[in-house]
Amino acid sequence: MRLALRLLPGLWLALLVAAPLLLVGIIALSWQDESVPPYSPPWAGQGLNPANLRLLLEDPYYRDALLQSLTVAAGTAALCLLLAAPMGIAIARAGRWRGMLLGAVLLPFWTGFLIRIGAWIGLLRDEGWINTLLAGLGLTDGPIPLLYTDGAMLIGMVHAYLPFAVLPVFAAATRLDPMLEQAAADLGATPGRAFLTVTLPQLLPALAAAFLLVFIPAAGEYVIPELLGPPDATLVGRVLFQEFFQNRDWPVAGALAVALLLLLIGPIILFQRLGRAA
Amino acid sequence: MIPVWVRAALWAGLAFLWLPVALLVAYAFSGDPVPFRWGGFSLRWFTALAANERLLEAAWLSLRVAGGAASLAVLLGGATGWVLARHGPFAGRALLGTLAGAPLVLPEVVTGLSLLLLFVALEGLTGWPAGRGALTVLLAHATLGSAYVAVIVQSRLASRDRDLEEAALDLGATPATSFATITLPLMAPSLAAGWLLAFTLSLDDVVLASFTSGPSGTTLPVALFSMLRLGMTPEVNALATLLLLAAGLTLGIMGLLLQRRD
Repeated sequence: MRLALRLLPGLWLALLVAAPLLLVGIIALSWQDESVPPYSPPWAGQGLNPANLRLLLEDPYYRDALLQSLTVAAGTAALCLLLAAPMGIAIARAGRWRGMLLGAVLLPFWTGFLIRIGAWIGLLRDEGWINTLLAGLGLTDGPIPLLYTDGAMLIGMVHAYLPFAVLPVFAAATRLDPMLEQAAADLGATPGRAFLTVTLPQLLPALAAAFLLVFIPAAGEYVIPELLGPPDATLVGRVLFQEFFQNRDWPVAGALAVALLLLLIGPIILFQRLGRAA
Repeated sequence: MIPVWVRAALWAGLAFLWLPVALLVAYAFSGDPVPFRWGGFSLRWFTALAANERLLEAAWLSLRVAGGAASLAVLLGGATGWVLARHGPFAGRALLGTLAGAPLVLPEVVTGLSLLLLFVALEGLTGWPAGRGALTVLLAHATLGSAYVAVIVQSRLASRDRDLEEAALDLGATPATSFATITLPLMAPSLAAGWLLAFTLSLDDVVLASFTSGPSGTTLPVALFSMLRLGMTPEVNALATLLLLAAGLTLGIMGLLLQRRD
């Protein structure tokens, strides 16, 4: 029983984590064809196929998809940080309200992100809350298009990922020494200056971790661009879905996955270093 | 000693997180589908929901998949966390740790695609799993969930030193007895919290399920996703309200479990 428990993790991880990732690499170097499944592997006679990965570099459509994903992910992470930094600090210093406030930030995280995206659809669509309100106030003649825009997509992403960003800032802020700020105040710093020059610099590693904690999953996001973004927001997650399900081009989908991983490997390693340091 | 704008940002952030959800819930109880036109308190959308068999079927499937995936995740993630925390340095430990944490940092689309490729390749080689459906979704969710369980269990065990286990062994307990009477109870709260986390993750997942489910494996989030693609209906609001309630209850139970642990 104990022996089985010891061997189980290795076997499970080899089969369901390592082997699948290896397969993605293989498929990225395979040939698309008409068979079922719709690819022929390198050992079926045609050898390795470098064309899929080269396509990503040469075809502006795929290059833009990768670039646009990184831009949107960075924008999402920056906006999350802008809110999460003060939120995490304020919650850490909220005294007996701390638990409740933290719960209020985390509960939406547990409510399922589809529901939260649905709420934004209800707010932003033509017959939605915002357009109804604007029309009711006589500010607009007809509905202004809010849904299916870059702005809607960004708002949805920030809403979905904000709780992730608050947690590391909160955790670091609870460990700060309040005496340092006190010293700054005694030496004549205003609270604002003490905050910017004493508190904030101590939180830099946590802020970096919060940024990456949002950036890494946001780069591969599929659902939010699909439900809130414009049709031309062709982020890599969306293109991957399209290649795989509509075009049935498994090798190009595999190549996209490999490219996304290569782009994220640096941020992932950096994130784990920051985690270990904290 | 925090500047006013820091406190203001907290309230702005909370309003940003909660207002859309609050409007959605309020709207689910209004008889009129037009915002700001309160059609009186009504449960008609809940009634309509109860009559939507396709959704109910998806919900029932999701609950079963989530329950199964969470249980499997607890078994596998628990074993992984235990091996990583209690087996000292051994050959391949770093690799095992990396693989165990990989699903936490990999983009969902990559995990989903990779698991689908595995299931397709396995079917080609061995004939199992025949086609894709609830079982393959369950395995995918268990893989993701077990990564979370492993982290929770490992940190829980790492924070307790081995004195108790060693004392039991000194007093003549077999390793199996020591494991069953000491280690397992030590792990229990983290296993329970991990089960709930894996359960929630499974109930919330669209991407892994889209990749690994066939036509027979439409889970609730996948059904909800295709409904949202066509726009919101008050029925979706009602469903969201019910899910919100379930999530609140889950979080409450988890809070109690984590409180008991200390």
